[in-house]
Amino acid sequence: MAKTQADELAVVGKSLPKPDAMGKVSGQARFADDLMLPRMLFARILRSPLPHARIRQVDASRARAMPGVQAVLTGEDLPIKYGILPVSQDEEALCSEKVRYVGDPVAAVAATDEWIADAALEAIDVSFEALPSVMSIDEALAQPGEPIHPRGNVHKAVALEFGDTEEGLRSADHTREDVVFFEGNTHLPMEQHAAVAQYGQDGKLTVWSSTQTPHYVHRALGKVLELPMSRIRVIATPNGGGFGGKSDIFAHEIVAAKLAMVTGRPVKITLTREEVFYAHRGRHPVLMKVRTGFRRDGRITAMQFQSFLDGGGYGSYGVASTYYTGALQTATYAIPRYRFEGVRLFTNKPPCGPKRGHGTPQPRFALEVHLDKVADELGLDPVAIRRRNLVQPNSQTVNWLRITSCGLEACMDRVVADSRFLERRTAMPSGRGLGFAVSSYLSGAGTAIYWNDMPHSEVQVKVDRGGGVSVLCGAIDIGQGSDHILAAIVAEVLGVSLQDIQLTTADTDLTPIDLGSYSSRVTFMVGNAAIAAAQRVRQRLAEAAARMLHCESDELSFRGGQVGRRDHPGEAISFAQTVQAAEAGEGLISASGSYTPPKLAGPYKGSGVGPSPAYSFSAAVVEVECDPRTGEVRVPEVWIAHDIGRAINPVLVEGQVEGSVYMALGEALMEEQTFRIGVHKFPSMLEYKSPTTLEMPVVHTSLVESLDPEGPFGAKEAGQGPLLPVIPAIANAVYNALGVRIDEIPITPEKVLRALAQPSRRVGPKGVPRFAFPSPIQAARPPEWEGK
Amino acid sequence: MLRLPPLRYLRPTSVEAAAEAVAEHPGAMLIAGGTDLVPNLKRRQFDAPVLVSLRGIAGFDGIQGEPGRGMVIGAGATLDQVATHPALQTAYRALAQAAGFVSTPQIRHMGTIGGNLLVDPRCNYYNQSAAWRQAVGYCLKRDGDICLVARSSPRCWAVSSSDSAPVALALGAELTLRGAEGERRGAAADLYRDDGIVYTTKRADDVIVGIHLPAAPAMTSAYWKLRRRGSFDFPVLGAAVALDWADGMVRVARGALGAAGSRPVEVSHLLTPLVGRRPDDELIAQVAEAAEKPARPLDNTDFSHYWRKRMTRVLIERALRDACGLDPLAGRLTAQTRSGQAA
Ligand SMILES: Cc1cc2nc3c(=O)[nH]c(=O)nc-3n(C[C@H](O)[C@H](O)[C@H](O)COP(=O)(O)OP(=O)(O)OC[C@H]3O[C@@H](n4cnc5c(N)ncnc54)[C@H](O)[C@@H]3O)c2cc1C
Ligand code: SF4
Repeated sequence: MAKTQADELAVVGKSLPKPDAMGKVSGQARFADDLMLPRMLFARILRSPLPHARIRQVDASRARAMPGVQAVLTGEDLPIKYGILPVSQDEEALCSEKVRYVGDPVAAVAATDEWIADAALEAIDVSFEALPSVMSIDEALAQPGEPIHPRGNVHKAVALEFGDTEEGLRSADHTREDVVFFEGNTHLPMEQHAAVAQYGQDGKLTVWSSTQTPHYVHRALGKVLELPMSRIRVIATPNGGGFGGKSDIFAHEIVAAKLAMVTGRPVKITLTREEVFYAHRGRHPVLMKVRTGFRRDGRITAMQFQSFLDGGGYGSYGVASTYYTGALQTATYAIPRYRFEGVRLFTNKPPCGPKRGHGTPQPRFALEVHLDKVADELGLDPVAIRRRNLVQPNSQTVNWLRITSCGLEACMDRVVADSRFLERRTAMPSGRGLGFAVSSYLSGAGTAIYWNDMPHSEVQVKVDRGGGVSVLCGAIDIGQGSDHILAAIVAEVLGVSLQDIQLTTADTDLTPIDLGSYSSRVTFMVGNAAIAAAQRVRQRLAEAAARMLHCESDELSFRGGQVGRRDHPGEAISFAQTVQAAEAGEGLISASGSYTPPKLAGPYKGSGVGPSPAYSFSAAVVEVECDPRTGEVRVPEVWIAHDIGRAINPVLVEGQVEGSVYMALGEALMEEQTFRIGVHKFPSMLEYKSPTTLEMPVVHTSLVESLDPEGPFGAKEAGQGPLLPVIPAIANAVYNALGVRIDEIPITPEKVLRALAQPSRRVGPKGVPRFAFPSPIQAARPPEWEGK
Repeated sequence: MLRLPPLRYLRPTSVEAAAEAVAEHPGAMLIAGGTDLVPNLKRRQFDAPVLVSLRGIAGFDGIQGEPGRGMVIGAGATLDQVATHPALQTAYRALAQAAGFVSTPQIRHMGTIGGNLLVDPRCNYYNQSAAWRQAVGYCLKRDGDICLVARSSPRCWAVSSSDSAPVALALGAELTLRGAEGERRGAAADLYRDDGIVYTTKRADDVIVGIHLPAAPAMTSAYWKLRRRGSFDFPVLGAAVALDWADGMVRVARGALGAAGSRPVEVSHLLTPLVGRRPDDELIAQVAEAAEKPARPLDNTDFSHYWRKRMTRVLIERALRDACGLDPLAGRLTAQTRSGQAA
């Protein structure tokens, strides 16, 4: 660690504008759709109008003959299948045999303008043989007609058990079972996906894409186009929002590349908003059953958790998503015996994948609502029951997650005190209510998407004799602030200002690897790699400065653009002079640093999903105001505390927290991907309802700094975790306000009114379908849990 | 990006020339702010080979007169102008409210009051791209032969989604239209037909020139809009009421519902129990219950139509309370208990 005392830090810990901010607000930032290359063609994709059908024939001859049309591609031009996970290579850039959802790509056109491309799509004749479609979990299990994929509609079924849960339930004083449903929703980034591709005369392909995962796109392009990766360059352009929606490999990226190769001209594809809804990879609809045993005092004896995921037409990240619906229950509560069963089904809808919180908001909703109900039955308050079960710092969960720093209790204390939750919840005026929930999330997945032993992040730092510092890294800023993290960390270690840093990011030709902006991994992993690289540079500069200042190199401090003796403040030389001295001595000063997460996976199959070098924690109290005549729910105020480890830039962390609150509010109260006669009901920004600024509550954000021992300067994640507690806290608040349980997300006015009129005062699923899960893998219990 | 179809754009400088231009070019349409027309054209909901703009006409956006004698709003006045006009805000409050509730500030600065009266009736099977409509098999309103909402229906039930239309009816507004064959004036109510496709009685070349608001020395009015969010959204239900007072008693009561059918639905005849009375909680609740009857929501907007139907009386009640100077939300818990018992 470079410096540990907060008071010593010059850049880290300060709220500063991020380097890309002015460019973005002034229109200077160049997004993928802003790119214009000479002789560029515009491409469009023809998509399936049917949810499930066999393709009999595609006849593009009329389209090919149209003036201005430069190329038409169909499935046979891109026969190699791909997928983000090595176990799910089930997608084709253009479908050749079958289509699996309305919007599945079938053909593509490159033309001299978009009008011609559109007209050409209409001239492509596709003959389909319609198949019965499967639009829900129940239908997928019932298997009417031909399955969506040859192996059947069950994509993945998993079962894990840690300790004898039946025994744990038997020995409980009290058990409770709940069944809840979480409807799917989508990311809704402001920027639609776009890609530009160019194939040079030198046989090299360049693809600019609005992607969160340039490295995975690089690999997939190599595979599908049968080009060596050394001849492909992927440049991730600034993402106008991603939220997980740009972390897969998309048909339009491959199609743009292929069209560029076929035509020899640059090709651009920008998806329409409607197509973004079809690209999807958003939140899975999940039906869940949770059964837990408790002692009289509220301590959990055992938990059994089942999830049924509605996956859509393809695998995508689905195997990981499935495991994630069972992985983090144990990261907030010390559950001594735990069983998880999960199954993901194929349906004829756009594929689901990772959205902020990837697979964990749904079970978090189930768990936190379940705990409130149990607390009620045991006569405990919502805070007390959680305190009884809190996970401890430096412990290991029963499913082998290593918990290091943990500010969960501090987060709870903070929001409970600030909102006066315990005093006020029993005295709320009618129609108003308070709800509480907590959560945890990973600071980066401990394993890569494809199995390998290489680092997850690498950074190169190079100094210029003028005092400038070049930082190169594969990380892509999706708005979360990774550019700032990189610059701030290097500036801190080398004692220069942010303005002295020149960033080059997310270009597979120029920058060393970073696996991508997903799983909340960037600050943690890139940050550690940046520290390592910057420290190596600093060491070499320090040696040169020490010779000039006649002292030992460890007596030097780097600060304010000066390198000086810590104990003799007057004796210093400028950073640039230091670089010149070092360069004169040994030539170019540059160094690299890498980060590989420790091997943390437990000794059982399926242990790869869940482990992370560190976990963030959050707690939230939400106040709601309900109109019992209309069922409308408004959220006037939210208190949220987040254990960030250390805030490298507090204002950016607060931005992530507030953005998470915003997104959670939309999911909890209105956003849903719904389908009607096989088609997305409203693929538009107007009719897919997500909150506006007017719905945004007052948010009181508190940052808890637990200084993680392995995080860069102690930092952990902020991008996803703070979303998690907000959704169940809203549900719990609605119960507090009106005494109704809406066990189904989103909580719409219709459902609230229905619950008010029902004797059970509840709206939600009645049960889970019958499904024969495999017999659970009986995982060894970590030593800490033996005998418990 | 969705592109507009290729088209000709004409920009006459007088109302007369505009009307003639439309009459001359088959299929031509008028365009004011374009905020309804342009997105619909991009989705190919209809064709317009020629657009005749009203934006080059000088003085088309004036707001004249005063409440004692009546006022005239030029059809080209933007929604923002209407929403922020001091005399409108007080004497014709429902209209200023309705204009102010439309969508977002950007749209209110482009969109006009004339265009607002003529919003193409909406349906979530229709306000979709051509590819989407192809996937569901098209419908009566464009390219198809059935109504996807009411499959056995011979007609289209697209929803009148204008915020100002029900208010125009409640206020007893009149409109001046100028067509290629001359000018005429009539009640706003007469502009609308109960059909989701041919939704007005006006000819393509008829330009709405002005909206005449009758003298309103002692009128109170209110517009309540139901929608998912506080911004952006079209109404899924609108309740406009206007009460004329004499000696603390209601002299005339008028009202209309928006988004409750393919045209604004007049409910004035159901408000007559208010006349000659000083409305209290009980009377308003009763009247609101009776006035919900004509609302006929179908499942083609945001929210379920059951819920929209159930909300009709709530919204009318709130609008009436508002126009009577009573707390619109008060008494809701007792009312809830009552409807709870009924259920
Ligand atoms: C995201 C979004 C949200 C919206 N929300 C709402 C809403 O909540 N409530 C609402 O009421 N509307 C809403 N609108 C629709 C629209 O913005 C407004 O109704 C606006 O007032 C339309 O006016 P305009 O001048 O833009 O009309 P245009 O789009 O120019 O025209 C609309 C129609 O009126 C005709 N027309 C226009 N002016 C005249 C005239 N003087 N004489 C004869 N014909 C004329 C045109 O030919 C066309 O048929 C929304 C639109 C969008 C894009
Ligand atoms: S109401 Fe029926 S006919 Fe009219 S637009 Fe909707 S689906 Fe089409």
